[in-house]
Amino acid sequence: MSRYAAMFAKGEGVFGAFVMLGDPDLETSAAILDELVAGGADMLELGIPFSDPIADGPVIQAAAERALRAGVTPDDCFALLGAFRARHPVVPVGILTYANLVLGRGRDGFYRRAAAAGVDSVLVADVPLFEAQPYAAAARAHGIDPVLIAAANTPPERLEEIASLGGGYTYCVARAGVTGAGDKVAFDHDAMLTALRAANAPPPIFGFGISRPEHVRAALSAGAAGVICGSAIVERLARGERVGPFVQDMKASTLR
Amino acid sequence: MLMDGRFGAYGGAYVPEILMPALEELEAAFLAAQADELFQAELAELLAKYAGRPTPLTLCRNFGRNFGAGKARIYLKREDLLHGGAHKTNQVLGQAMLARRMGKRRLIAETGAGQHGVATALAGALFGLKTRIYMGAHDVERQSLNVFRMKLMGAEVVPVESGGRGLKDAVNEALRDWTASFADTHYLLGTVAGPHPFPLMVREYQRVIGKEARAQILEEEGRLPDAAIACVGGGSNAIGLFADFVADEGVRLIGVEAAGKGLNGAEHGATLLRGRPGVLHGAETYVLQDADGQISDSWSVSAGLDYPAVGPEHAFLKDSGRAEYVGATDQEALAAFALLARTEGIICAFESAHALAHALKLADEAEVLVVNLSGRGDKDVAQAEALL
Repeated sequence: MSRYAAMFAKGEGVFGAFVMLGDPDLETSAAILDELVAGGADMLELGIPFSDPIADGPVIQAAAERALRAGVTPDDCFALLGAFRARHPVVPVGILTYANLVLGRGRDGFYRRAAAAGVDSVLVADVPLFEAQPYAAAARAHGIDPVLIAAANTPPERLEEIASLGGGYTYCVARAGVTGAGDKVAFDHDAMLTALRAANAPPPIFGFGISRPEHVRAALSAGAAGVICGSAIVERLARGERVGPFVQDMKASTLR
Repeated sequence: MLMDGRFGAYGGAYVPEILMPALEELEAAFLAAQADELFQAELAELLAKYAGRPTPLTLCRNFGRNFGAGKARIYLKREDLLHGGAHKTNQVLGQAMLARRMGKRRLIAETGAGQHGVATALAGALFGLKTRIYMGAHDVERQSLNVFRMKLMGAEVVPVESGGRGLKDAVNEALRDWTASFADTHYLLGTVAGPHPFPLMVREYQRVIGKEARAQILEEEGRLPDAAIACVGGGSNAIGLFADFVADEGVRLIGVEAAGKGLNGAEHGATLLRGRPGVLHGAETYVLQDADGQISDSWSVSAGLDYPAVGPEHAFLKDSGRAEYVGATDQEALAAFALLARTEGIICAFESAHALAHALKLADEAEVLVVNLSGRGDKDVAQAEALL
């Protein structure tokens, strides 16, 4: 059973935590990953910092800039991931990055190194279904789940294809726009969730704008298998706060 | 999508999934408008009566002749005389009409030198569309005249402080805006880069440059030119000039990139000469980047060529060998800028001066050259005064 399958089999609402690898430096970053797990995160979604993150709002952009300024490279990130996997054999880990870094040293090599580091999935933010075939094929060749994004405006026939090509989980975008913590998160996703369920898609996890316990509860009652929270965590880290208590609160709201 | 948006191995649509419906809506509107006689008639009328097409093809009396030494007859395709001051106006009129056709009420755009921002601002004013221009903070400083022109025509100009504070960063910010605003907003991308359908659509709206130039040179010379030469940043004026010459195998197509402070250093914008294939801003194309794939900051004295990617069709034309790509340094471009002013009484944009610089290098061997004078140089005069 894959780590994702084992996690979903527990039957709890999933709380996924996102941070940028190497933010603000490699040593601190390793400690933050441990803190997220200790706080109760069921899975980690981890960014490899890219110079031009078009899908990200100011908070995640700033995190990538901090990591890049600290000289963090994809190789450093794979080393960080490998060490994390040695400490935490069970927690599912996904990479979130951009196409040019996947292609940087060759697509196949990227997925091979991800697999060697114990990574479970890769989501490429600027690769929509339209371009996803070669990325998904390379991922699967190395036993990595290719996570695809579904949005509320994605047409039904495309959701079916996303369901069959994607793996691990389905990243559902909770609202239009870039990443960022928001006051309001709209969950008008009934049609999308129905279509994904009918197509037997990997479990839907909601992201973008999830920043409060009530967002988590709303997502789960809308039919999501879980949530991923990024900007709200990264914002706290940037202010120098410990994120353990926040992660505990968010995780607690997944327990029905 | 109705098409794959590919030029050989290049192009495509690398955007967050949430933007795909916006690209599909645009592709459908563009293809329908291409077949719509009323749309085409209105665009043709705007190009003629509002923008001032056709633009002349001017034979240089002195430039490149070195007082008789150079043998080439150098013709300038005078996009500098187009309303707005550059070729950009050709395609913003088409895209603004598409925005209206799609029922959008707001335009956003990126700009480097400010020429595309100015063109978008004038189209926004003409069509009554709210307009916001993203411009790298560094470019806002060096192109203040164009910033004021945009504001005068009612556009809001947003300086972008991220990254290298240049054109690349302005595109990032415009794309981020669009992922939140596509329901009522058209992203009026300024060049043949970006995701499908932009490279195809902008080429078709810029094709008029080469179409006119080809007919004009046949009229003047009774023959085709030895070469058609244009500067390449994102590549829209070059694609516009090249498009109708691609089938004329005897005509060399030469794109001139910004060699900046020299091709052997890091300060240049020579994407096709010094980059390698990757993905930036929605397209698979040549990109200036480090070994890992982090995007490099480009450099050029001309803000419009200061861009670390290039339109995917140029990547295809380079690999297929149909077009050649060369570089001109800041110094060579400035020299050509000054020489054109002194010998012809024409002040051109720094961008276009790169194409002229290369034409000078061919002036002794070629007989007939067509150079795209893509824009006028008013915006660069203050900078030129400081540099020359």
